[in-house]
Amino acid sequence: MSDFATFFSFSDPNIRYVVFGSILLTASSAIVGSFTFLKKKALVGDAVAHSILPGVCLAFLLSGTKNPIYLIMGAFATGWLSLVFVDIISSKSKIKEDTAIGLVLSVFFGVGILLLTFIQSSNNANQSGLDDFLFGQAAYLVGQDLIVFSVVALVLLAAVWLFFKEFTLIAFDEAYARALGFPVRMLELILTSLTVLAVVTGIQAVGAVLMAAILITPAAAARFWTNNIVKMLFLAAIFGAFSGLGGAYISFTAPSMPTGPWIVVVVSSIAFFSFFFAPRKGIFHRIWLQKTNRSKILDENILKAFYQIGETLRDFMEPKTTDEILEKRFFKKHELLSGLRRLRRQGFVERKRNDAWQLTLAGKHKGQRVVKLHRLWELYLTKYLRIAPDHVHEDAETIEHILTPELEAQLERLLNYPTIDPHQSEIPYR
Amino acid sequence: MHSFWIILIGSFVAISCGLLGCFLILRKMAMVGDAISHAVLPGIVIAFIISESRDSFMMLIGAVSIGIFTTFLIEFLHRKGKLQTDASIGVTFTWLFAIGVILVSYTREAHIDEECVLFGEITYVSTDLWITDAGTNLGPRFVYITGVTLLLNLLFIIFGYKELKATTFDAAFAGIMGISATLWHYLLMGFVSMTTVASFESVGAILVIALLIAPPATAYLLTTNLKRMLILTSIIGVIVAVTGYYLAVLVNGSIAGAMSTMAGVLFALAFLFSPQEGILIKKRKIEQKTVNA
Repeated sequence: MSDFATFFSFSDPNIRYVVFGSILLTASSAIVGSFTFLKKKALVGDAVAHSILPGVCLAFLLSGTKNPIYLIMGAFATGWLSLVFVDIISSKSKIKEDTAIGLVLSVFFGVGILLLTFIQSSNNANQSGLDDFLFGQAAYLVGQDLIVFSVVALVLLAAVWLFFKEFTLIAFDEAYARALGFPVRMLELILTSLTVLAVVTGIQAVGAVLMAAILITPAAAARFWTNNIVKMLFLAAIFGAFSGLGGAYISFTAPSMPTGPWIVVVVSSIAFFSFFFAPRKGIFHRIWLQKTNRSKILDENILKAFYQIGETLRDFMEPKTTDEILEKRFFKKHELLSGLRRLRRQGFVERKRNDAWQLTLAGKHKGQRVVKLHRLWELYLTKYLRIAPDHVHEDAETIEHILTPELEAQLERLLNYPTIDPHQSEIPYR
Repeated sequence: MHSFWIILIGSFVAISCGLLGCFLILRKMAMVGDAISHAVLPGIVIAFIISESRDSFMMLIGAVSIGIFTTFLIEFLHRKGKLQTDASIGVTFTWLFAIGVILVSYTREAHIDEECVLFGEITYVSTDLWITDAGTNLGPRFVYITGVTLLLNLLFIIFGYKELKATTFDAAFAGIMGISATLWHYLLMGFVSMTTVASFESVGAILVIALLIAPPATAYLLTTNLKRMLILTSIIGVIVAVTGYYLAVLVNGSIAGAMSTMAGVLFALAFLFSPQEGILIKKRKIEQKTVNA
């Protein structure tokens, strides 16, 4: 508990640097990452993150110093170059974009490793620390880093704010943006540069391999909660910031724990929670929705079978056994039984004896409506789309569960309240 | 002898990875291979924690199960969660890799450091010898590990050629022939995981990715025939191993890094000068056509 108090009082300047550094970094990267995510280019972040290593090494070789300005310029140059290569390879040859990304990523990284080991073996006195670029050192952030992070975060936010409308447009509909006369290539260039900038600064905190997570995971998580891009950006930033804080706190309480990977684990946990539990888009909600839809269709089909048997017997209220229903229409026996039980709870059927089920009045009306929709739709297809009467049944089987009362009324009016369907069966009205 | 062993191991790994990589890039799954090679890290560490040894067999089981889990999770998020594939790959492998790094720092005595995972220690393979109880020197241990891996991969591709080909190019047709696309998908991913873990100690994860993608991509630009592509990939893999080694000696740098570099150089050559696909050749053909016209 005392750990908690020490940490959240932020009195220790080291804690302050690490916490605010991590938060600035993760939140601003998440916002830029949202656009690459929406452009379905989530993995370019990974490519850039691996490709900056040769740039860092080259900058060191050429300048002979570890001045961060030179290193960042080098990193920026090769990170950017890698995206150009991915673009050229995937557009000028039959090689697909994902292959191009993997190729560029591994080759650039390999070249970087070669240069790094070359520098190390040439025994340059002040080379140590270059490999921090690979694994990140979030726990050792100092005041100076914080200033750099703040500046970068401000640049990223300002750019997104300035070009918000344009970025949104190219993320969702590039062709439309081009048709409207927006300088699409220029905008993509700016977005690419922002991504590279985010990666170059972020990598020093979390390392090359995990940088991709900081960019895309918050965006992927946020996408499950909203369809509104502004809300999505805010959520992504909040998820990012929270994981930055969480990662810093965990590595503070257990000092041997690396900050970067914990940031990623926290943000991934948020993401997995969102994937499963988010309302409307989450996996559990989707499964539930599928299940309710399936049972609704099953129930309506059972009522329809009752009604159709009633039509031939000219008596709708006679109790039926499950075997009689199965004769009319194929159901899996256990599904039929569970459907009948559900219908009884809803008051559409009653159970007379052990295996004798009777429609209630409400049940009869519901079954009648399904039959009516089926036949109306068959008539509509033959009359307006000129489809042969023996081809319309399948389609009607699906649509009868979907048509709303409004569409029903419209169909009736359009077909002028018909009484006979294409197969000479009566269309029942109440 | 030292250089011979390194080139031999490099070639074994290059051929194993290249053969599997051909199917990966044809199935548009290159980045899934990338994801697996990162995601095996936690599998290896968990296997180490459970078995308390660096027993290769346990690590193999750990890595293969995590590799298959990775593939499954990527597909699951994509199919059930409607998450776009690129994001589902990115989220999955970074999560697993982060867990791996955390587990590594939790078990310091594992002697698996992330640098080793990424770069490998091919330089030291000739000092890690397999010496029998009688004292006979049978050569470096990694030669056997990577050699057996290559043999298994060759058997897999020779005996599963028809099935792999059918499921790669036309899954619906494969289904009609009674070949389960899902089974072969997971078999392929299992072999990718196995190859990754068998290779990573000697050459590192990054070279594994480079060898999985670059030689097949190069061969893909040179031919349209699957058998020729597989053979070309193997030849390119060996060239990468040989030239990469001498490049590393020349600049006194990482062998894995130099091999990746050479793989990139060969790809660049094919990209520019391939008879059918090279962009310079294509440009020339267009120019000639316009001159003739």
